[in-house]
Amino acid sequence: MATTNTVPNAGQLVALYERMLLIRRMEERLRADNAAGKLPGAVHLYIGQEAIAAAVCLQLKTTDWITSTHRGHGHFLAKGGDPGAMMAEIWAKRTGICKGMGGSMHVADYSKGILGANGIVGGGFAIATGAAFAAKLDKGDRVSVAFFGDGASNQGVFMECLNVSSLWQLPMIFVCEHNQFSEFTPAKDITSGEIVDRARAFKIPAYVIDGNDAQAVWEAAGDALARARSGGGPSFIEAHTYRIQGHLEAEDLMLGGGKYREKSDIAAWQTKEKDPVSRLHAKLIAQGAATEASLEALDEKILAQVEAAVKFAEESEPADPNLPFELMFVGQSA
Amino acid sequence: MARKRYIQAINEALHEEMARDPKVILFGEDVELAIMGDARGLLEKFGRDRIRNTPICEATLTGMAVGAASAGYRVILHMMFSNFIYTGFDAIANQMAKLRLMSGGQAVMPITVIAAYGGGGSNAAQHSDSGYPALVNLGGLNVVMPATPGDAKGLLKTAIRGNNPTFFLEAIGRGGEQGEVPDGDYTTPFGKAHVAREGKDLTIIALGSMLKPALAAAGKLEAAGINAEVVDPRTIVPLDQAALIQSVRKTGRAVVVDEARDRCSVASHIAAILVDEAFSSLKAPVKRVTVPNVCMPYAPNAERGVIPNEERIIRVATELVRSKAA
Repeated sequence: MATTNTVPNAGQLVALYERMLLIRRMEERLRADNAAGKLPGAVHLYIGQEAIAAAVCLQLKTTDWITSTHRGHGHFLAKGGDPGAMMAEIWAKRTGICKGMGGSMHVADYSKGILGANGIVGGGFAIATGAAFAAKLDKGDRVSVAFFGDGASNQGVFMECLNVSSLWQLPMIFVCEHNQFSEFTPAKDITSGEIVDRARAFKIPAYVIDGNDAQAVWEAAGDALARARSGGGPSFIEAHTYRIQGHLEAEDLMLGGGKYREKSDIAAWQTKEKDPVSRLHAKLIAQGAATEASLEALDEKILAQVEAAVKFAEESEPADPNLPFELMFVGQSA
Repeated sequence: MARKRYIQAINEALHEEMARDPKVILFGEDVELAIMGDARGLLEKFGRDRIRNTPICEATLTGMAVGAASAGYRVILHMMFSNFIYTGFDAIANQMAKLRLMSGGQAVMPITVIAAYGGGGSNAAQHSDSGYPALVNLGGLNVVMPATPGDAKGLLKTAIRGNNPTFFLEAIGRGGEQGEVPDGDYTTPFGKAHVAREGKDLTIIALGSMLKPALAAAGKLEAAGINAEVVDPRTIVPLDQAALIQSVRKTGRAVVVDEARDRCSVASHIAAILVDEAFSSLKAPVKRVTVPNVCMPYAPNAERGVIPNEERIIRVATELVRSKAA
């Protein structure tokens, strides 16, 4: 439970909704453009998990660090990454945030503390821990956040980083997005015990929350942030959610008729009572923080933003094929 | 100039670079007590923020180096034996070597990884590898292999001041060897080979630990009427191809001596370059003197049997010079 006053006010809740909806609409557009064959590489979509990235990142400063996952568009956008630069990256254009050299699984904006989505499951833990170590040496109030899934929690490096972070009391927040699937395998088939107990074993304060409840995420993250900024060391948040999309788009082709879950399971998480965007929508109306009309207008604004991002991507020049030779080293050819 | 030990030259470079730039930090297993010798006195001078013992968790240490470097530090990661690079390999291969390209040039990673490589001490197979061919193949990493105290100090300074991830590989068991070290502050550039001995009959290209037996062999070959040139590439990424090609164009013969296993060794890579670029000058095939495709055995006699030595270099060089071109 949160120990400090971290309850979001009406303005913060509206901002949170806006960021979540931006992620949702961007991801829906990517789903459509992927299905239409417009994207050169695979995309792993974040639909259904938006509350977690948004509620954590909206409380971070630009100078704080995050590391993300292969399902990383949501974290990128939540931390203030530019939608057009992200879209252009996924479209493999030279105006992309990584100049078309990384693609969907590697969107990064170092100027905003986004140390990258990562194609290696668990690849972000140690990078975030290293940034947290740097923050500790700086003696400032920067924090570092590692987003990861239940799948990554079975990597040994997770336990190593819990140990180091606790041992050195680093300003580190582990955010486990328990979306119930490791690629194509249900978590219950491959994960023993409770993930949160792994953090508790290292004496790290831990929260287990409903990750589709944006306010709950906000409060736990606010609490963890206050701890980290005041020198109180690391925290762990296990946010329960559900991956609505497949491990990656077009996964049916890979599954070849096989299945690892039922369509009805997915539908059960898409109801108004479960979906994080719908839930926050209802809360804003109920609390009088917004009206149906104002949220409708917000959606229109976001859809226009997404459209502009796609237009920017579509009209941009293809990536520079000579760039790999320049970018292997600083000031040194490949 | 003063004569100093290899390990002492490395220690001096660490002291000088840490004093020069407060952003330089060093961490790794047992570095506070300087178990490997090269970090001696650093803790006392620079304190625990900048010199820190870590848990034994190489997979995390290599990733932390990436994170701390991304957050503005110049990181020196001490990995003791180069075999432990394997336990930390994910972040080396998938992050350190790739993030600069994948981020479109945003990632700048001033990281120096120090590790001792090679056999000769009955440390058995898990502490005796010369695993650098794998590093060389990754693309985004510099790999430097100083053979002398002077180059050790100068190359380490270049590594620490540079903005690219660099593996600084210490020839194991050579820490006590002495050599000339220039006075004052100096750096040794990457990608500049050193002609350690001039000659006209053949070129012996010797990597890191192999320079010593190569020079000894050249001395004995001279007595047998064979005048060998010995070239030390000093850094294998970047590699001074031009200097190697130039030497072989002059002598027409080449032996490449490498303490890595033969299959896909750096010697193989250099031999391929020489055949590509100096074919018309070659009077004989390019030969490799390497560790056979076996793991390093424990028994001293068995170990001596596989590590390239003076006798093998002399034998191969002699055959090469006496052979007629096909």
